[in-house]
Amino acid sequence: MSEFWILLTGALVASCCGILGVFLVLRKMAMIGDAISHSVMPGIVIAFLLSGSRDSLLMMFAALVFGLLTTFLIQMFQNSGIQSDASIGVVFTALFAIGVVLVSLYARQVHLDQDAILYGEIAYVHWNIWELGGMNMGPKAVWLLGFTLLVIVAVITIFYKQFKLCAFDPALAAAIGIPAAAFHYLLMGLVSMATVSSFESVGAILVVGLLIIPASTAYLLTDRLGVMIMLSVAAGVASTFIGYYAAALLDASIAGCMVCAAGVLFAAALLFSPTQGIVVKKLRLRRLAS
Amino acid sequence: MDKILSMLADPNMQWIFLGCTLLGLSSGVIGCFSYLRKQSLMGDTLAHAALPGICIAFMLTGVKSIGLFLIGAGIAGLAATLGIGYITRNSKLKQDAAMGIVLSGFFGLGIVLLTFIQHGNYGNQSGLDKFMFGQAASMIASDVVAMTIVCGLLISVCALLFKQFKIISFDPGFARGIGYPVAFLEQLLMFLIVVAVVAGIQAVGVVLVAALLITPAVSARYWTDRLGLMVILSGLIGAASGAAGTWISASVSNLPTGPVTVLAATMLFGISVLFGPKRGLVAKRLMRRKAKRRFNRDTELHAQGSVKKEAAL
Amino acid sequence: MNVTTTAAAQHTNTVAPLAIRGLSVAYQKKPVLRNVSFEVKEGELIGVIGPNGAGKSTLMKAALGLIPSIGGEVLVYGKSYKQQRKLIGYVPQRESVDWDFPTNALDVVLMGRYGHLGWFRRPGAKEKAIAVECLSKVGMADYADRQISQLSGGQQQRVFLARALAQDAKLYFMDEPFAGVDAATEKAIITLLQELKLQGKTVIVVHHDLATVQDYFDSVLLLNVELQAYGPTAQTFTQEHLQRTYGGRLAFLDRNLQSPPPSGKGE
Repeated sequence: MSEFWILLTGALVASCCGILGVFLVLRKMAMIGDAISHSVMPGIVIAFLLSGSRDSLLMMFAALVFGLLTTFLIQMFQNSGIQSDASIGVVFTALFAIGVVLVSLYARQVHLDQDAILYGEIAYVHWNIWELGGMNMGPKAVWLLGFTLLVIVAVITIFYKQFKLCAFDPALAAAIGIPAAAFHYLLMGLVSMATVSSFESVGAILVVGLLIIPASTAYLLTDRLGVMIMLSVAAGVASTFIGYYAAALLDASIAGCMVCAAGVLFAAALLFSPTQGIVVKKLRLRRLAS
Repeated sequence: MDKILSMLADPNMQWIFLGCTLLGLSSGVIGCFSYLRKQSLMGDTLAHAALPGICIAFMLTGVKSIGLFLIGAGIAGLAATLGIGYITRNSKLKQDAAMGIVLSGFFGLGIVLLTFIQHGNYGNQSGLDKFMFGQAASMIASDVVAMTIVCGLLISVCALLFKQFKIISFDPGFARGIGYPVAFLEQLLMFLIVVAVVAGIQAVGVVLVAALLITPAVSARYWTDRLGLMVILSGLIGAASGAAGTWISASVSNLPTGPVTVLAATMLFGISVLFGPKRGLVAKRLMRRKAKRRFNRDTELHAQGSVKKEAAL
Repeated sequence: MNVTTTAAAQHTNTVAPLAIRGLSVAYQKKPVLRNVSFEVKEGELIGVIGPNGAGKSTLMKAALGLIPSIGGEVLVYGKSYKQQRKLIGYVPQRESVDWDFPTNALDVVLMGRYGHLGWFRRPGAKEKAIAVECLSKVGMADYADRQISQLSGGQQQRVFLARALAQDAKLYFMDEPFAGVDAATEKAIITLLQELKLQGKTVIVVHHDLATVQDYFDSVLLLNVELQAYGPTAQTFTQEHLQRTYGGRLAFLDRNLQSPPPSGKGE
């Protein structure tokens, strides 16, 4: 049974991240995703200190607040003339440092260690069961991730048009009256939600891997946004499956193997994509030459 | 005050204090160039990419030494930069996505290797994760000696090649035109960043080491428009953060040095954002008010002028 | 200020498509636009010219509300632009978007309909038909399924124009539509603009090539932070005004404007 839950958790993480990652990659904000996945940490710790448990909605809310704060600060420093790279770097390291300090100060109350936040504990996901009226409802993480995925799918479906135009041509979006800034924050809010519900299972840095790598893989395989989202989710889910079995085989970290699998899929797409692959392009050139 | 003095009398404390200050100084100096080359997050990427390199170095030799780790991390860092360059050149992916892919891919690989080390018979492996997450307090005299040499080297290379680094940061095309070996210099600069990162990981950890490179440089940019001064200021801000971080963390129990150092740097950054001359928020606010007042006066004069003209017509 | 402005800004009985009064924009210290006022007549093709950094694009963006102004008002058919968004079409500079975006030409044109669709409706068959028609108007019907990065610069510009057509606006802002396109595309674009004009639409174009100004535009607006001159091309596109706008940096003027300019096309 544990295998089923681990794979389901991984697939849910991959789906949440796969959908959002597409928009991050297209808007050239991959590193903002990286920043948010680190800077929600103080939010998680504060929520933990307030509620004393790891699985409250409060945690989700606190992470959301810190995710949006990160977005706002990055935007503010960028507007004041700092390069975007540097403002990302300053903001997320500062917030992450606050998180680490909080963990160290309240180490006895907080059963969160850096390892768990960075690596995740997907192998133990089935130990943390949600019980409702004495009934075993399955792992809490699955419910949390399922809920997050539902929210993401709903928001992206309803506002698909707006997200698409804001990603492609923000100037036109603004000119026809779409509040581009609001959609920016909405997207970042969703990224924060996805991060906080995934971090327990796969850890902060591997969330970034699943946000960016499958979306990039999909980007190399298609010319259609809709297809790209599907492919991104597919690549993410495939990575979790390959990663899980590779980890079992090698007796290594499951989350680590999942990201490595995503990396291998990306490399395959980079080389062999039927339209844009490097090898394919080379072959085409050779055929033209002969 | 007594407490601080007694702390400084502790020889172990002196070593850590010296190490962190030097580390802040040299990262601040190098960070300036990566900021000006618009590669601030390269430090972050290299820090994550260093993990598999360090693991492999450890697996091959079974010893925990900064010199070996430097070699491993240097090779991994080189592979990472080449990877990023290869992806951006050969596909439609942009720099940010390429960086994210390499960063998380390498880190994922590193974690896999780390679990191999934990499950295998590598003896004193417990030190390795401490190394990854930074624990300045665990530094010993020999670490600090190594760090001092590394930092001295970094600073002297930057001083010697200041002119070259300046021009490849500003206008690499022109540098190539006047016959500088730009590719070599760029690779050298990248290697110096790797060195600073590996030295920093031990003190502040993988995630936060980027701050030592970025935050002092951005803060310094607020105070001056001249590169020479910026490099010096950035080094001083870095050194001050390192010193403050060690002090504060030593006087409060349970406070880790790395995050406190980063927060000290962030504090200095905040001060710079607010009070930097010309670029600071306060100065800008004042300037804007002045501009608006001048603008209003001008438009009034204009309006009067055109009224007069119209009257004359 | 100058006499031409006051002459052109005289009130007509019909509501002007675009009326700008005292518009000023400042980035940080320096004003980029200072106290610009003018009114355009319906059914005209207007060229906005001026040296680099004169605030041409800024004028457009401020008129569209894309950047904040520090003073002045913008009226589109007598009301604030916010109420009249559906009447406005906008063609940004081609470099402003990422052409690697995963989408095809038809889809880009469809984006022009988003403003009419409201918040939740999706483009349907009717929108698609409009988009196809607009694409064929710019001679790009055969490229509807083509990924946009595979189009040439001129073709990309035509797709942008088709998207503006799909917006079905009455007042168009175009930011350098002629930049970096080949002669055939330039000709196709100007023919299209003339057509729009004949349909009674008003088109404001940021333009760089002084040699074609007299052929293309009915009116010309010379800008260099302040409005230098505005009025019918024949009377306004003069050496004196250009000298003032460009500050005597143009050798071009002496060669082309030695003889009195030929009367404008639209006259």
